[in-house]
Parts: sequence; structure tokens; C-alpha cells
Amino acid sequence: MVEVTNLTKRYGNLTAVDDISFKAEPGVILGFLGPNGAGKSTTMNMITGYISSTSGTVTIDGYDILAEPKQAKTKIGYLPEIPPLYIDMTVRRYLEFMFDLKRVKLPKKQHIDEVMRLVHITDKGDRIIKNLSKGYKQRVGFAQALLGNPPVLILDEPTVGLDPKQIIEIRNLIRSLGKKHTVIFSSHVLSEVSEICDRVLVISHGKIVADAKTDELAATLSGSLKLSMIIEGNSGDVINELKKIPGVSGVKKQRDLENNAAKYTLEYKKDTDVRRDVFNAMVRIGCPILELQSGNESLEAMFLRLTKEKGGRS
Amino acid sequence: MGAIIKRELSSYFRSATAYVVMGVYFFFSGLFFYLYCFRSNSSSLSYVYANMFYIIMFIIPIIAMKTFSEEKRQKTDQALLTSPTSLTEIVLGKFLGAFILFAICCSVFLLYAVVIAFFAQPQWSVILCTFLGLLLLGGSFIAINVFISSLTESMIVAAVAGMAIGLIIDMMTYFISMISVTWITDILQKINFINYYQNFTYGILSITDIVFFLSVTGLFLFFTVRVLEKRRWS
Repeated sequence: MVEVTNLTKRYGNLTAVDDISFKAEPGVILGFLGPNGAGKSTTMNMITGYISSTSGTVTIDGYDILAEPKQAKTKIGYLPEIPPLYIDMTVRRYLEFMFDLKRVKLPKKQHIDEVMRLVHITDKGDRIIKNLSKGYKQRVGFAQALLGNPPVLILDEPTVGLDPKQIIEIRNLIRSLGKKHTVIFSSHVLSEVSEICDRVLVISHGKIVADAKTDELAATLSGSLKLSMIIEGNSGDVINELKKIPGVSGVKKQRDLENNAAKYTLEYKKDTDVRRDVFNAMVRIGCPILELQSGNESLEAMFLRLTKEKGGRS
Repeated sequence: MGAIIKRELSSYFRSATAYVVMGVYFFFSGLFFYLYCFRSNSSSLSYVYANMFYIIMFIIPIIAMKTFSEEKRQKTDQALLTSPTSLTEIVLGKFLGAFILFAICCSVFLLYAVVIAFFAQPQWSVILCTFLGLLLLGGSFIAINVFISSLTESMIVAAVAGMAIGLIIDMMTYFISMISVTWITDILQKINFINYYQNFTYGILSITDIVFFLSVTGLFLFFTVRVLEKRRWS
């Protein structure tokens, strides 16, 4: 379990991470989502003890990363944004070195073989790392993080630079690892985070701007739901009538269409369903609904809006 | 720490570094051995040792230049600093890796002593004493260069800065002779490496000299740890 409390990092006047608190529990894959430069890597570097925090604490399974670094660090497997590879070594030699460096107590050869099998680099053991493709280098970095079966895995943008097939493989791997380990995983690709993670923290300008379970993300991010409709009839009447429906927070005409029809968007509060009322109201005033869609903003659009808004305020 | 020493050493031998350094070292020590022993019909290695002082000031920056600069540039320091290994162990591991390579270079002197033994009775006490002096001098200079390497991301900068400092140390006696202010020359005499090293080449084993080199080594390794520590906190 990773527990982060009021974590802050300042570089002079610049606040890279601003008072972040969260908990990551075993068996849950936690996604860090945010645009580049939002503070994801800085946060991860503080969690792993690579850099220190200006204030706040990080504990890994109860061990404070700054007060008891040795105990805390043995519990972490870390794949930084740029995998820390000694490019002049062969894959196997490198993994053996990392195995010794991490003071892993498992049977050496057997464990390294197992990790290499897990990330599909078994046949690359004797290759010098500098001659490997980016995808393979990333996997060697991944293998290094898995050595010693640490209960906490911190993965900083592990799928960047991989081809689609490799991305799917790595995602599947993360998902399977997430069943037993505490996984914190960062990305700026929204679809990836929503696909893999159980819970998402949206970080923007060093702050957490949203913390939600992945399937509730859309509702949490927007705060309200939307319908988009094409209705025939006098638009004044239509708008008046729609506004009367309980739960509706706003109606807007988008544009006029041919044959006296127009496109509207209607916003309504979460936890209500106004579709039946809309139908009945339109029947009452004799304006047929030609089209009705739940027109939620795409996750991308919401993410952009959210990271922009909150950033502007801070 | 063992893992780091092993990696450092194998890294020297995988690249050309170890071979170039050993080649240069063996060439010059061989040349001096030939000039001062064979050509002059002498069984004393003292002159050879004394001259090696200048050579190692150029060799050691090459050995130590990439200890930390390269780690920082390649971002591999992230692996070291997030592993359950303390900064002191990391610095000591790097230092010992470089020191062992240097010691391998120096061991050629023992071979020269054996060669001399065929022709004359070598003064083993002097030879071993000087050998110890050479190791101590090398150790202190490696520590200085490891420290320089921790300050920069470029190993070229580290090497050039290390050589410049080596040159200053080499020429210290010359500088001292140019300065007439007594208290400055007093201080410079106190930190003049060659004063301490020379005693060893005469076969004089003094605690002062040993403590001087060990202190310099310890001090600069401590500075290195502080630099790495500071980088995390800044």
C-alpha cells in the first residue's frame, strides 16, 4: 500500500507538485492522468525516493520513504520515464546487476528467467542493450522493475514509444500484475488509463483535479449529463417546455435545421433521468423528436476542459 | 556495494578504458624502469615511482571521469538511487571499482621488483613502502576525481577539470617557489601532495603521510555523498 500525504515539491518559486494526498491499495491499479508537465513524474520520483519532497510524507507498506529508505525501497519496483539501462551490458548481465543491487533473496537464475519470460525477452538475454529496439528496451526496464516481486509497482508512462501490439501486451501484463500488486501507472493517454485502471487521479499543474473510479470518471469530471436532440416545431415553445422539466439545468439551441427543425442540447443533473419527461413534454406540445442521443462530452474533451480550467485558477 | 564494484570493473573492461589506461600506464612505467634501472644499472625503483606521480595525475581522471557524470546523463542514477542501497555504499562502490583498476595498473611494479631480483638484491622494504604510497596517492586522487564527476553531466568536463587539478598538484612545488608570502607558502606546503608522496619513495613510512592521503580520500568521498544528497533535496 502506498500512502501519500500532503506531498509538495517546490523548485524555487515553481511549485511542481502542490499538496497531493491519496492512497493506493493492493489489487487496485491507480492511474495518474495529466498532460505533460503536470507533475506526474515528479510525484513518482518522490514516491520512489529518487528526489525528496519539500513537505509531506510518503509511506510504502508503513515505511516512510525518507526515514526508512532501505525497507521502503525494497518494496518498490520502479520503471522511470526513461528506463535506467546500462546500455553497454547484455540484458542478462544487466538484470543480474539489478538483482544484486536490489538485494533480492530469491534464487537468482530462476527468478531472472521467470521475469524475462513475463515480459517476453527470453531470447534477448545475450543481446547488448544498446542494440535493442525501443520497445525491447522498455521491456528490459519493465523486467528490472519486476525483479524481487515488489508489492508496489510504479510505472511512469510504460507504453510510450511502443507499437500497438506491444502496447496491448504491456497493458495485459499490467492488468495481470494489478491483481496482486499495488500498481501506480501514469499516462497522458486517456483511453489507456480508462482501459487499464480501476481508479484515476487526474493531475494538472501539480494538483489533483479529479479522483474517481474509472467507470464513474465521466460523470465525476462533468458534474452533469447531457442530451442532444433534434426536434421539429417552434423553438421558443420547445425551449420553454424543456426548461419546465424537473432536473433540467439548461437548454440551448445549437442550430436551425431544415423543415422547421433544430438541434438542441439539454443538460441535466446526475442521478436523474429526464428522457421520458422530455418525450412526454414534446408529445404534449406536438413537437416530434426526430433524434435523441445521450450526448456526453467525450472523455478527452472533458479532460482538456478540466485540466485547463483548474490550471487557470491555480 | 559488491554489485556496484563488479559492474564498474566489468564496465571498464568492456569498453576500451581499462586497456587504454593500462596500456599507457605500463608503457610509461616500463619506459621509466628501462631508463632509471636498466640503463643506469640501478636496482632502486625510487626514481621510477617518483616519475609515475606525474603519469597517474593524467590517468586517474580518465578512470574516474564517468563514475557519476555518465550515470546522470543516461539517467541510470535513477536505478541506483531508488534501490535499497545507501548513497555511501554507492559512492564507495564506484570509488573501489576505480581503485581496483588503478591497483591492477600499479601491480606491474611488483613484477619489476621480481625482475630486479634476478640481477640484484631488491630493497623489498622500500619497494613495498613505495607501492603502498602509490596506492594511497592514487586513492586520494581517485576520490577527488569521483567528486568532480559528481558535479557535472559531461565526462569530458570531468576529465579536463580533473587533469587541470592534477597539473596544479604536479606543479605545486613550482608555484610555492614563486610565492614570497610566508603564510600562503606554509599552507600550500601542507597540501603539497608530492611532499607526502616522496617520503614513501625513500622508503620512509610515516603516520602523517598515511593519514594525509586517507583524509583526502575520506573527505572527497564524503563531499561526493553530500553532492548526491543535495541534488535530491534541491
